[in-house]
Amino acid sequence: MHLDPEFLSRLQFAWVVGWHILLPAFTVGLASFIAFLEGAYALTKRPVFLALSQFWLKIFAISFGMGVVTGIVMPFQFGTNWSRFSDVAGNIISPLLAYEGLTAFFLEATFLGVLLFGRKLVPPSMHFVAAVLVAVGTLSSSFWILATNSWMQTPVGYEVIDGRFFPKDWFAIIFSPSFPYRLAHTVSAFYVTTAFVVLGVGAYTVRRGQWLTEGRVMLRLALWFLAIFVPLQILLGDLHGLNTLEHQPAKLAAIEGLWDGGRGVPASIIAWPDMKAERNLAEIAIPRVGSLYLTHAWDGEVKGLKDFPPDQRAPVAIVYFAFRIMVGIGLLMLAIVAAGLVLMARGQLDRTRWYLRLCQFATGLGVIAVIAGWTTTEVGRQPWTIYGLMRTADSVSPSLTGSNVLVSLLLYIAVYLVIYPVGLSLMLRFVWRGPAPTDEAAPIGGGRPKSPIEALASPAPETAR
Amino acid sequence: MTPTLSLVPIWTTILAIGVFLYVALDGFDLGVGMLYNFAPDRRARDLIMNSIAPIWDGNETWLVLGSVGLLAAFPVAFAIIIPAVYFPILLMLLALIFRGLAFEFRYRDAEHRTFWDHGFAAGSALAAFAQGVILGSFIQGFQVEGRQFVGGSFDCFTAFSVFTGVALMFGYALLGAGWLVIKTEGTLQDWARALGRRCLIGVTIAVAFVSLWTPFVDPHIAARWFSWPNIALLAPVPLITAALIWYEWRSLNNRSEYAPFLAALGLFVMSYLGIAISLWPMIVPRYFTLEQAAASQSTQAFLLVGTLVLLPVILLYTGWSYWVFRGKVRSDIGYH
Repeated sequence: MHLDPEFLSRLQFAWVVGWHILLPAFTVGLASFIAFLEGAYALTKRPVFLALSQFWLKIFAISFGMGVVTGIVMPFQFGTNWSRFSDVAGNIISPLLAYEGLTAFFLEATFLGVLLFGRKLVPPSMHFVAAVLVAVGTLSSSFWILATNSWMQTPVGYEVIDGRFFPKDWFAIIFSPSFPYRLAHTVSAFYVTTAFVVLGVGAYTVRRGQWLTEGRVMLRLALWFLAIFVPLQILLGDLHGLNTLEHQPAKLAAIEGLWDGGRGVPASIIAWPDMKAERNLAEIAIPRVGSLYLTHAWDGEVKGLKDFPPDQRAPVAIVYFAFRIMVGIGLLMLAIVAAGLVLMARGQLDRTRWYLRLCQFATGLGVIAVIAGWTTTEVGRQPWTIYGLMRTADSVSPSLTGSNVLVSLLLYIAVYLVIYPVGLSLMLRFVWRGPAPTDEAAPIGGGRPKSPIEALASPAPETAR
Repeated sequence: MTPTLSLVPIWTTILAIGVFLYVALDGFDLGVGMLYNFAPDRRARDLIMNSIAPIWDGNETWLVLGSVGLLAAFPVAFAIIIPAVYFPILLMLLALIFRGLAFEFRYRDAEHRTFWDHGFAAGSALAAFAQGVILGSFIQGFQVEGRQFVGGSFDCFTAFSVFTGVALMFGYALLGAGWLVIKTEGTLQDWARALGRRCLIGVTIAVAFVSLWTPFVDPHIAARWFSWPNIALLAPVPLITAALIWYEWRSLNNRSEYAPFLAALGLFVMSYLGIAISLWPMIVPRYFTLEQAAASQSTQAFLLVGTLVLLPVILLYTGWSYWVFRGKVRSDIGYH
């Protein structure tokens, strides 16, 4: 059997980045949520915010720790497996990655330590600032890594000398054409992902009835948040799509499964794209609607896959289905949120058991949508690492043999298959135990504890000793 | 953009400081991780882990900055060195995963505590070993054609690099022992001092061996150290190193609290300096000098602006977090 180092390196990158992205997808939103809870508690002194902050902080610590260790893997992949890309594009992408480290990683790491362990040691205001700084760090990280990715998708502001890229205009490089849309769509996706987890956990907590106050607050906070962000996310997705049509027409054609371009193109609902035959099998499509939503005009012009040589087309079926999974989940989310708002307006939210169960099943929807969306944009960029300019095949390290990469890939698979189930089961265990107030910080039923901050720092009784 | 002014010396300095901070900071907490394996009991293990729990993540971040900094300042060096040490890097990353997760998982996953205890210790040891192998193979140099590494992925495992791997384990463990002397008291501190002495013996052998081996295998390095007048100018390096070893031994045996850690840091500074002197001005030994491997002027300038602002800020708040968690490690702060 012939082992292709390029193909295996792509699999390895997909494996490590795919698992890694799940964690920022969750922790970016959760960091902001915890900062919100800490702020709400500081303002209102309502114990429910304190209990929730402590509860989510435990889950955050696990997911963030996993995000850190799987994140350290990522920059090294550029060197170990994609050294030619590093050499050719290093002058442009490296400062963006370095700025991510300088503005985000140190901030997150240092103030997470203070957030987790410093309640007794720093004043309460500083503890809140630490929560805010961790959240700022996660957003800053998103900014720079998506700037890097966006430049690879829609490269501008460079010149090529001797086959290598050199910077000409840093502002253009950072704010490349797809960047504002990608940043907004991705960060919003992360927030929605977290909110669905909070919604699901809230629904479970309410359904169990043990920590009713905490469950109700989670349910309502998540629903109100999603009522704004799910429609916003769909709008942002549409704008991102228009941007892709303009700057990456071959990717858009793959997303749509559109072989023959032109004016007034149909919208493909579902089909099996056949790359060899250059057509879709068993297709259900609506005439002319494709042009309408892609260009916002009935006779808008859209390029088809046949407008591009076969060696410049992405694997159509993967992109086509990944996109449909993402959009399908988006619509499902919209329906869940709408139903929740109706139930809340009628005052039946906490008693409608089928709906609470539905929310529980929807806990991981955001995670699946993020993976599907990431697959759409990354596989859709193929066969390029730098869109239209540098091929993935020319990016791989020349020294690697297929068996080298097979060994490393298998090891990454083995390790991730240990740590992810363990991490998930530990987080589920916290959910199962519920947002129990700590022993001293339980002023429910009247009275304030002498010093809430002292109480905050005391260990939760249910955690393993 | 002023093409006349070279930023390479500045970037060399920043990267050197960044890598050294990584070695010093993650060095001591990897060392603590290795010593953890020999801890007398549960309570000791809890204290040892709590002594680094709030800061290890920040320490490890210097590794990211080191790797990305190398890519930013000397992209071709990154593109040659990293694939050349493919397997040591893989080993280091997987080890760091287990070790980093052990902090949380050990406390949360009580049923498998023993597994995560071992994961923490073995992960720390393997990461240290892998970094030592990377260092050793870097000193020996790589097979390069044009701008790419063309050797095999196992070339980096030589007798020398395996030796430097073991040597770095002793070095990190010595730093870790110094840290534990600062952070603990009573019998646990005595225990740390005793282990520190054993590590120092290992470090002394390793330093002596590497100092004699490198000039022996590489005539350039021999010329650098032993030709006149270098031999006189550079004589302080081995002399100060020897003095530091003596001072470290003494401070491990008397009651000084900070001296063992500081002297161990001093030993790392001297070893670092020794390697820098041997290799200067190459960043890819035999093929690329620092100037030749440097990123474009615009890249260096663009990143320098932010770095000069951000790095002091980072050092400031990192220092502040060490201040917050100063003093002897308390059993009531940390994981429970």
